[in-house]
Amino acid sequence: MKNALPILTIVVAILALWYVAVIPMNAPWERNQAAMRGDQIAFSQIVTNTMNQDRPVLPAPHQVVREMWNSTVVEEFTGRRGWWRSGSLSNRSLIYHGWVTLSATMLGFLIGTGAGILLAIGIVYNRAMDASVMPWAIVSQTIPIIALAPMIIVVLNSIGISGIVPKAIIAAYLSFFPVVVGMVKGLRAPDAMQLDLMKTYSASGANVFSKLRLPTSMPFLFASLKVGIAASLVGTIVGELPVQQGGLGVRLLSGSYYGQTVQIWAALFAAAILAAGLVGIVGMIERRTLRRMGIAA
Amino acid sequence: MTQTPTSSVIQAQDLGLTFQTNDGPVHALKDVTLTINKGEFVSFIGPSGCGKTTFLRTIADLEQPTAGTLTVNGMSPSEARKARAYGYVFQAAGLYPWRTIGGNIKLPLEIMGFSKAEQKERCARVLELVELAGFEKKFPWQLSGGMQQRASIARALAFDADILLMDEPFGALDEIVRDRLNEELLKLWARTEKTIGFVTHSIPEAVYLSTKIVVMSPRPGRITDIIESPLPKERPLDIRDSQQFIDIAHRVREGLRAGYDEAAE
Ligand SMILES: Nc1ncnc2c1ncn2[C@@H]1O[C@H](COP(=O)(O)OP(=O)(O)OP(=O)(O)O)[C@@H](O)[C@H]1O
Ligand SMILES: [Mg+2]
Repeated sequence: MKNALPILTIVVAILALWYVAVIPMNAPWERNQAAMRGDQIAFSQIVTNTMNQDRPVLPAPHQVVREMWNSTVVEEFTGRRGWWRSGSLSNRSLIYHGWVTLSATMLGFLIGTGAGILLAIGIVYNRAMDASVMPWAIVSQTIPIIALAPMIIVVLNSIGISGIVPKAIIAAYLSFFPVVVGMVKGLRAPDAMQLDLMKTYSASGANVFSKLRLPTSMPFLFASLKVGIAASLVGTIVGELPVQQGGLGVRLLSGSYYGQTVQIWAALFAAAILAAGLVGIVGMIERRTLRRMGIAA
Repeated sequence: MTQTPTSSVIQAQDLGLTFQTNDGPVHALKDVTLTINKGEFVSFIGPSGCGKTTFLRTIADLEQPTAGTLTVNGMSPSEARKARAYGYVFQAAGLYPWRTIGGNIKLPLEIMGFSKAEQKERCARVLELVELAGFEKKFPWQLSGGMQQRASIARALAFDADILLMDEPFGALDEIVRDRLNEELLKLWARTEKTIGFVTHSIPEAVYLSTKIVVMSPRPGRITDIIESPLPKERPLDIRDSQQFIDIAHRVREGLRAGYDEAAE
């Protein structure tokens, strides 16, 4: 907890900067309003007004926090469609949309990680794959996902796959790559002597894999998983934009359709919190696993 | 010793190994002819780079000779390795850092399919032998370099191969511990009748332990002298003060010096 103070200092500094920025960003609208009324407006009035506009260019932090509170706890417990009254999550709440995003993210992450690990094993053990897979994996990542996502969805839709799967595929598409890169490096990490030792035991390929290559790859794998799960979340949100069936991506898009900047920012923060939570969970599993392996004491 | 030719365990005839490197060929071994009989304790001594490690690795089928013939237990080195004929102690401990000391010692036992109970029993026994009882659950980084080296010896002893190949196993240890482990190694050897190939830089160590001392010299790596030790099999530590011991040590030193002079020319 001794690093709480520096973190807190940074957070306070960012909030202060944010509040300061809110004033000039939102002031023109206040001045316009005043001009249309043929009025003068005092600076102190501008400051108070810019903090609480309905559709600010840059919402103030407390507006975002209030929106997040309203669209989670308040909506679910007091809203007509909320969980408290209807028994199911409200489609207006960030909890509902967060859950839609989270489930596709997790499914995509699992698919991406699984595919990444399998590809890495193939690359390490098969000469032909070593020569051929990596260039394609790299090319795959140079195509902007925003251009690819609608195509994936259309193609999958046309063969009758819709719902969570297309979004998960897009998420997997982004998250498999760091896993491949990290895992290939990890599986190749054993040094010559560690491999020689296995050879003196005349160990089988399966033994060399499970007792040597897999353990040495663990630190690399976890570093990749942290990147991968964040990439998976980004992929899911991008995949939600054309589908319009819920999710934080939809909240972002509909917010910008209707100029609901506060809603956009609230969804943005929800996504950030989700990402931080996911990366944090992976980090926790990482620490546990590596500690059990005697690494990073 | 009265040994019939059939009891030879390792037989090298005109063995050569040339590494092709970017700076041209390196003759790590040239015309090495040597017979090691069952139950012998053979030390390899010589200056750095004379091919001691390379020879041991060739026996272990970790390097392929480029000339001559080599048999281990009457088989090719590769067949012998697949038959798990030897235990190998590397020049550096090389414990797997993600396994505990116990886990490292059980590694060969797991691979060779020993039962859980047997693994446990053997692990405890060899840890006792290298005086590391109680360190089973520690990770390698929690041990000193010398302790790690002892653990790696325990690992090689755990599965009881008939041949033990050791590359400077005691190089990192202090004199006192070294003496004690030398004694322990001799006892183990007498009890188990293993055939031991042992690389060292220490003349007293080589003379104290060996029934046969192989003196090597570099560029190209070759054997300059093979000394059959007349010392009895029973060797208390103070045998090192006997005249016989001093004479053998002297001959080893002469052999080493000759190798150096030649190389300098
Ligand atoms: N893989 C390799 N590739 C190229 N040259 C090598 C290789 N391994 C060893 N050598 C060379 O072969 C020679 C013998 O090396 P080796 O390791 O057998 O020496 P050594 O007698 O064990 O020395 P030390 O006492 O320092 O351990 C050296 O000149 C070394 O540079
Ligand atoms: Mg060496």
